[in-house]
Amino acid sequence: MQLQDKRLFRKKRPRYGEIAIEWSIRVVSSVSILVIVLIFLFVFREAAGIFNSATEAGSTLQTIEAETAGKSEIHTSDNDDLKPEIYNPDSGIETGEAPPANLLPDLQVATTEASGKSEIHTSDDDDLKPEIYNPDSGEEAVESLISDISDKPLQPSKSIWQNLAGENWQPISEEPKFGVTPLIIGTVKTTFTAIAIAAPLGILAAMYVALFAHRRLREIIKPFIEILAGFPSVVIGFFCLMTVASILQDTFGFDYRLNSIVGGLGLAITVVPIIFTITEDALSAVPKSYREAALALGATEWEAAFRLMLPAAMPGVIAAVLLGIGRAFGETMIALMATGNAPLAEWNLAAPARTLAATIGAEMGEVIWGSTHYGVLFFLGALLFLVSFAINLLTEVFVRRRLAKKFQGS
Amino acid sequence: MRNTNSRNNSWHTWKKRVKGGLAFAITAGSLSLIVAIIAIMIGHFLLRGLPNISWEFLTESPRNNNTEGGIFPAVYGTTLLVLTMTLIGVPVGVATAVFLSEYARYGSRFARTVRFAVNTLAGVPSIVFGLFGVGFFIQFIGAGMDTMLGNDVPVWAHPSLLWAAATLSVLTLPVVIVSVEEALRAVPHELREASLALGATKWQTVWRVALPNSLTGILTGSILAVGRGAGEVAPIIFVGAVYSLPKLPASLSDQFMHLGYHLFVLTTQSPDVEKALPQQYATTVVLLALTFALNFAAVYVRIRIRRKSLG
Repeated sequence: MQLQDKRLFRKKRPRYGEIAIEWSIRVVSSVSILVIVLIFLFVFREAAGIFNSATEAGSTLQTIEAETAGKSEIHTSDNDDLKPEIYNPDSGIETGEAPPANLLPDLQVATTEASGKSEIHTSDDDDLKPEIYNPDSGEEAVESLISDISDKPLQPSKSIWQNLAGENWQPISEEPKFGVTPLIIGTVKTTFTAIAIAAPLGILAAMYVALFAHRRLREIIKPFIEILAGFPSVVIGFFCLMTVASILQDTFGFDYRLNSIVGGLGLAITVVPIIFTITEDALSAVPKSYREAALALGATEWEAAFRLMLPAAMPGVIAAVLLGIGRAFGETMIALMATGNAPLAEWNLAAPARTLAATIGAEMGEVIWGSTHYGVLFFLGALLFLVSFAINLLTEVFVRRRLAKKFQGS
Repeated sequence: MRNTNSRNNSWHTWKKRVKGGLAFAITAGSLSLIVAIIAIMIGHFLLRGLPNISWEFLTESPRNNNTEGGIFPAVYGTTLLVLTMTLIGVPVGVATAVFLSEYARYGSRFARTVRFAVNTLAGVPSIVFGLFGVGFFIQFIGAGMDTMLGNDVPVWAHPSLLWAAATLSVLTLPVVIVSVEEALRAVPHELREASLALGATKWQTVWRVALPNSLTGILTGSILAVGRGAGEVAPIIFVGAVYSLPKLPASLSDQFMHLGYHLFVLTTQSPDVEKALPQQYATTVVLLALTFALNFAAVYVRIRIRRKSLG
């Protein structure tokens, strides 16, 4: 009897296999976190190259400016001395011997661990150097600078910040210009058009489905609109490029066949299902009793819908629009195909535009890996990532929690 | 007549009725506009594309600057790509979903962080994944592999099928996680409790009860991911896709052709766009058919899951 009891209550042998499996599941599930961190590290690392050289150049420039006290002529003589100072640290970074330690200390460990990195870069560097550094360095460049020093005295040592803030995007030219302004204007223009079309359409359609439609219609219509979300964006881009652009030009007589309105329409087609689905979910989450109470008190359907249900679901609607904005401004293929792709710094909606994402998509294929242009494209990517991250943070922290709190009681 | 007692009141009622009708009309109009756009797009492509599809089109290589021949290499490349992507991404996604629904305590900090990361991942623009593919997979992992294997010529440190698939699997990870988690949550708690009561361990319960019962969810997740991956072009433009190939890809380190990218090249970089139009429409229909078939399959499986969990 005693023996049996002992066996019955014997402590279970730990199952090492299962513990290992459970821990590996835990580890694997952190892959998503890891990926976010890695995107941060690696996209920003490639972009950091330009910044590092930029900050160094900027600081040396400042000291020189302080010394010479505003005599612009002296800069020419200084420039010859300056050049090695500016570009040498840069090439040092490229070879991987001195990574931007001040910016990303963690990364340094990573690069030294995988020593393969440095090899690739050195080999790249040899090919690259003539292409990148020739236009700027060398006697000819200096001579030409001296000749037109009067109108642009700071040209050779102009910091990358000034370059990025410029109004021209001409990455492939004698003197590459990486002005981000036209790209940002283009992105804002097309995103604005897309949201201005998609938000009212999506929200109103969601209101119909959530408030007026029969339950069976709802079950049919929701998957049908989700089909639209499954449309590959190339296909929508193609549709806009071929059909929508022609129709719009015939109707409104635009000067340019492809412009930010056409692109915005295309983006709106991809954004509508997102706004529709999330708004519909939010409206359905509002307790039915709200609407019934309002109707019983004598409110019209209009009042119940627009004065009661829509405000009650507002956090969800805002989340829907925010996610729509995030989608529209990061969308590449439609922007690439239907906006005309001209980096113009003007706010006219009927003019062609070029978005940040489309620039990366169009130029990343041809760029020399490791060059300044390459770094600038990664900088644009980092910008996109940061904005999408911020949008998600906003929807997560502010909107979703508020929505959850609002209806917790009911 | 109910409201004839005062003129003001009847005017008020009339206004109310009009406004109520207006609310109905505006919302119904928006919905029908959206539905019309979808119908027009599908109809347009079917009408112009279907007549150009033939057996030769599906089984031959493009000829004569993409104005003749077929799209077989693109179909082949896309298939290989999504298969590799599924092999890489789905196990990770399933493991994450199992953790979130079975192991994570409600509201634990780690689980919340994972969830936040998944949501963030779903919102990252697809082109950024392409940059990530270049910066991490090719320049870091690929280069590291080449050094370890002692390759003089870069074998892995250049755009290839493997890195494109890896990039896409990261991109489709949230899709897999969300559907598998939904399926796992639909498995009734009584089943797990019964299994635990019979003396099964936690892992045995997960492996023998929860996962087999959510197999359809895993299927939906994979199908949706494949549908997304097949249609996504932006991230693979510079991570492995090319617009023409002399021969089909034979190994994971080869580059490949992709249906979506092929369509993009046909429409924007073709020397004679008019002449290539039939090819463009036919390619669109094939791409649409592929993604729609996958999406419909996923919707069907999901509806079945919902019915099961309700009943």
